[in-house]
Amino acid sequence: MTEYNWPKRDASTVIGKELDRVDGLVKATGAAKYTYDINLKNQLYAVALGCPHGHCKIKSLDISAASSVPGVVHVHVFDHAQPDREIEWEGELLVVVAAESEGAAREGLSKVKLEVEKLDVFTSAEDLQAAEKAGRTSKGGGKVETVNEPGDDDDEEEFVEKEIERLLKESKYVVEGYYGIDAITHCCLEPHGSTVEWKDGTLEAHLSTQNVSGTDEQFARDLKVTADNVTVHCDYIGGGFGSKFAPDYWGIAAAQISRETGRPVKFMLSRDQELKIAGNRPSGYIKVRLGADEKGVVQVWDSVSWGSAGAQGGAVSHSVLPYVLVPKNYRRVATTIKCNTAPSRAWRAPNHPQACAMSQTALDDLAGKMGADSYDVFLANLVNATNEKADVYREQMQIAAKLMDWKAKWHAHGKGGARGSIVDGLGMALHTWGGGANESSCLLKVYPDGGVTSFCGTQDLGSGTRTVCSQVLAETFGLGINDVRVNIGSSRYPNSGASGGSTTIGAVCESHRRAAQDALVKIFDLAAAELKVAADTLEAVGGKIRDRNNPAKNLTWQKACSLLGLKPLETTASYVRGTPSPLSNSGVAGVQMAHVEVDRETGVIRMKKFVAVQDQGLVINPKTCKSQIYGAVIMGIAAALFEERITDPATGVFVNAELADYRLARLGDIGEIVVELYEPESERIRGVIGNGEPPAISPKAAISNAVANALGIRVPVIPLTPKRVLDALAKA
Amino acid sequence: MTDSRNKTGSSSGFNRRDFLRGSGAAAAAAAVQTQAAQAMQDSGPAIVRGSQKIALNINGSQHDVTVEPRTTLLDVLRHQLDLTGAKPVSADGSSGASTVLIDGKPATASTILALTAVGKKIQTIESLGGDNPDPVIQAFVKHDAQQCGFCTPGFVIAVRAFLNKNPNATEAQIREGLNGNICRCGTYANIVQAAVAVVKGA
Amino acid sequence: MKAFEYAAPATEKEVLQLLSPEPSRTEILAGGTDLVGLLKKLVVTPDRVVNIMEVESLKSIQVLPGGGVSVGTAVTLDVIAEHSCLDVYPAVRQAIHGINSMQLQCQGTLGGELLQRPRCWYFRQGRGLLSTEVETGANRLHAILGNSGPAKFVSCSRIAPALMALGAEVRVIGPGPNDEKRLPLADLFQTPQNNEERENTLLPNQLVTHIILPPVAGRTCATYEVRHGEGPEFPLAAAAAALRMDHRGVVETARVVMGQVAPIPWLSSEAEQVLLGRVVDERVAEQAGEAAVSRATPLSENTYKVQLAKVAVKRAILLAAGLDCGDFRSHARQIEELV
Repeated sequence: MTEYNWPKRDASTVIGKELDRVDGLVKATGAAKYTYDINLKNQLYAVALGCPHGHCKIKSLDISAASSVPGVVHVHVFDHAQPDREIEWEGELLVVVAAESEGAAREGLSKVKLEVEKLDVFTSAEDLQAAEKAGRTSKGGGKVETVNEPGDDDDEEEFVEKEIERLLKESKYVVEGYYGIDAITHCCLEPHGSTVEWKDGTLEAHLSTQNVSGTDEQFARDLKVTADNVTVHCDYIGGGFGSKFAPDYWGIAAAQISRETGRPVKFMLSRDQELKIAGNRPSGYIKVRLGADEKGVVQVWDSVSWGSAGAQGGAVSHSVLPYVLVPKNYRRVATTIKCNTAPSRAWRAPNHPQACAMSQTALDDLAGKMGADSYDVFLANLVNATNEKADVYREQMQIAAKLMDWKAKWHAHGKGGARGSIVDGLGMALHTWGGGANESSCLLKVYPDGGVTSFCGTQDLGSGTRTVCSQVLAETFGLGINDVRVNIGSSRYPNSGASGGSTTIGAVCESHRRAAQDALVKIFDLAAAELKVAADTLEAVGGKIRDRNNPAKNLTWQKACSLLGLKPLETTASYVRGTPSPLSNSGVAGVQMAHVEVDRETGVIRMKKFVAVQDQGLVINPKTCKSQIYGAVIMGIAAALFEERITDPATGVFVNAELADYRLARLGDIGEIVVELYEPESERIRGVIGNGEPPAISPKAAISNAVANALGIRVPVIPLTPKRVLDALAKA
Repeated sequence: MTDSRNKTGSSSGFNRRDFLRGSGAAAAAAAVQTQAAQAMQDSGPAIVRGSQKIALNINGSQHDVTVEPRTTLLDVLRHQLDLTGAKPVSADGSSGASTVLIDGKPATASTILALTAVGKKIQTIESLGGDNPDPVIQAFVKHDAQQCGFCTPGFVIAVRAFLNKNPNATEAQIREGLNGNICRCGTYANIVQAAVAVVKGA
Repeated sequence: MKAFEYAAPATEKEVLQLLSPEPSRTEILAGGTDLVGLLKKLVVTPDRVVNIMEVESLKSIQVLPGGGVSVGTAVTLDVIAEHSCLDVYPAVRQAIHGINSMQLQCQGTLGGELLQRPRCWYFRQGRGLLSTEVETGANRLHAILGNSGPAKFVSCSRIAPALMALGAEVRVIGPGPNDEKRLPLADLFQTPQNNEERENTLLPNQLVTHIILPPVAGRTCATYEVRHGEGPEFPLAAAAAALRMDHRGVVETARVVMGQVAPIPWLSSEAEQVLLGRVVDERVAEQAGEAAVSRATPLSENTYKVQLAKVAVKRAILLAAGLDCGDFRSHARQIEELV
């Protein structure tokens, strides 16, 4: 058995180096082909009609006029769009028109006659009372922990009630607050969609997906064929963020239309459809009472939270409240609200960003109430850290504070003084995530001429998966990253898990390192015989296989590979999720700090500086790793300040579902961002851990806290738009 | 009263309805051509209907393409010429992902009807690649100014256009001048670095 | 997009020949940054699109004898912003810079900017310009002034307030081949009272050919926009001010026009009254801002816009008077100077 491991830091020549991503040039020159860019000969263009109302019953649907528009080839009506069926969110696709051009398809679509019976619409997830009145609420679970236990004769609920009240009463400081964070959309720049073609009874599907290895089976199931008849391709994907794990019913429709018409079909959602139905993150709102001792350590937490994950129920899980820093006594109760909005999908670190924004804001308000430095209050509360990372947080806080120059910039909440109408403030937050490796298999071929190529059914969301795989192979064989060829993005390749939950880097490092180390053992055996040394003294460095003790004894990589004879060496390695391994690990921390300016007259907030300190075990490529963190922070700035899904209360229509109206951060909005990779030896030896999710968690809470520090009042609900800032100032 | 100066429709002396009343109900069913326009057909401006063959000057060479009046330049690039670097992200150009250069100036191909581009020099991202890629492209690679990469070609063109006009731009000017494009992955910080590096010739 | 005919006439007269007298049958295409998106979404469905970008006379900027400038409506915004004859009208340049997208500035034209369709999301989702849903709906970006009728949208032109404050006029031709008139820019805009009316007073077969800026005549001017972020998205409120002050700084004439607050660019005589005969300082500007919104009638979700409009007016006046307006930019400038 090969002993799998990583080389030590000073022995690494490729791993840990800031290398350019291997597909950087092909992307930046526009040559990379995304699903949207795949044009197949004779393809049809499909477009879809979405339901115009947030809640209705289909009365009738007449497609005859659409079918007779010149250029229209096929009209597909979804089963859920048949008469008498109820539609529960606006935008739900009802009809697809496939035509010779997109223009003809759209014209056909405009001729579809739809009659609906409008039913009651509810979209105001923030308004718990209204939701209760409308009968839209259900229990979302909860949990109680108290140090003191009820006696045998006590009624448990009564006991808890009394105990919480007692603890609050005995607290030196009590904060009562209301906080919230609205739903946002994934808003992938490449919308969901596919270009598909049936060939001899098999389906070739180009699908914009985070799940190459899993979607072939999903296609097969819905199309009633076996999975060997389906191949899914995705060389490049224009954003997923947790929303692209399935072909979706529109992908299935594309395949059905293609089968029906015998022609390739391209079916990408329109921009408004992408925003309306293809992914959003649940909202969360919370009323909190917390009590702390004289040092500001929270002793008791009591919260009622609610929110909506859309028409199919669900909300932010109570299980992550309060976030990371959990006192010994707490009661948390959650309610879910059924809104007439599209069902939510996983969004970078499901539940965590909301939980962080719903609870570390309250912790910051405690600092405000105490007149204390938020840094000190967070520091004091590390005793409540539930993930055994208090020491890591402490160090990361020190690093972040230094990079932010926190001590010099700090002023008590609302006490910074104004220059004109401008005030500034500091805020921080911290987070945690798993990020353990997903399952992954890799087929590796080493050719007798020295060529190296790998095949793995994973995908690159933009985090640099190809680059990381290349680095791992190159490091193992003592080669450069351009000496190896990595193939990903096809379901024909060995199975690899979906890219979600920061599980990809662990997965592909496991499979590629294992396959490469297995191959190297065999090459070492051959080389050892040739060099007449023991195989265990050999190492692969600088394009050579050499004797560690006598480097002059060596073979070039090509010469060593030629010993394979006529056939390439093939190894396949698989990693089973959850298997303890020296190569990968899970569980990270992370601390972030924000410095903002607020214009008190307009409520406009500007980012001055943002600091993110992040651990992720062993860093394979610091450059792409940092990019991932920059991106998470910038997405966080967008969610904290700009992103709003605005629905018309009467119709449930998502009124701002275009990029001109659904505001995202622009290049000029981000301020200075400083990213620090936290990789002491104690972290590095843990192996690789994904970092896609963790840095996306804290920005909203950190920015909200900075705004609270600037203004001296809390703007309760995120995003912190000028309207909300002014409304909060008017109320104060 | 301010309102007398802030005109409402009915108080306007310049009213559409008066004219409509005169034009009569029959006009509603009439063809779009006015009689005058029909009379002008032979000598006046050409009216284009249905599919047309046109030639577009793209990346230095003429390309024959077939378009309808409603065909956008972006459609032509992507569907007829397989120049898929410019991306369809927003219907109204607000993402900047379809940015190309038209006679040297940045414009979004998604909001340009192909017929209006006849006789103009169109330059797409593909023209900046090749064996010796544009310094902006090289800087994007070096500074990792891309993640998923879908917005990247549009951003590269935008940076190219911006630096053509402001070759000595400061970082502050770069932050102010590149707000016509959207990136969802959050590559802005790297793009700033890349643009600064191009200015410095690094 | 619905199929349509296309023509690219070369002269103003040809444009008129191609335009239908009936509403909505023909649409005029200039830069396309607004119209093409509306065509795609089938919000407008003309039978013919008339591209005016081949008409040379619409693409000129001319300094007029006796001062003043005439700008063709097909001149792109970047060209206007860079033209030296705009030096004396900083309010116009500031408004163009505020758009903050090279693409929109290079592609968009003056005429298109002034006559772009309202940025009301109900309208843009095909629910009509006068949708009754707005009153109780998502109206946070809608009008706070001039909104008592069915129109609740806001005029979204970013340049019109500056041009109106400076007393610009427009040259309009049509419907007849020799019809031509000049009228104040303000008269181009109207608040529609019914579905037959648009937000401008043009007949379907009329064309605005030029904007005529009068001589600056000693006035100073500025535009201030309250922007939520640095993107090209429309400001939440805006104002332009043009002042003439005597040598002691006493205001002799004043014009204040607000943008993004009413179905038309909103001229505030109240602000003007506050300013006349006084020396502009922070307090006077504040009073003018307050006066400008004194008769605001916000809708269910946009009370905050009253404050924003007030601040926009105040800051535009301060800037026009050459004073610091105390926003992020002036703050950043101060820090730069300190360093």
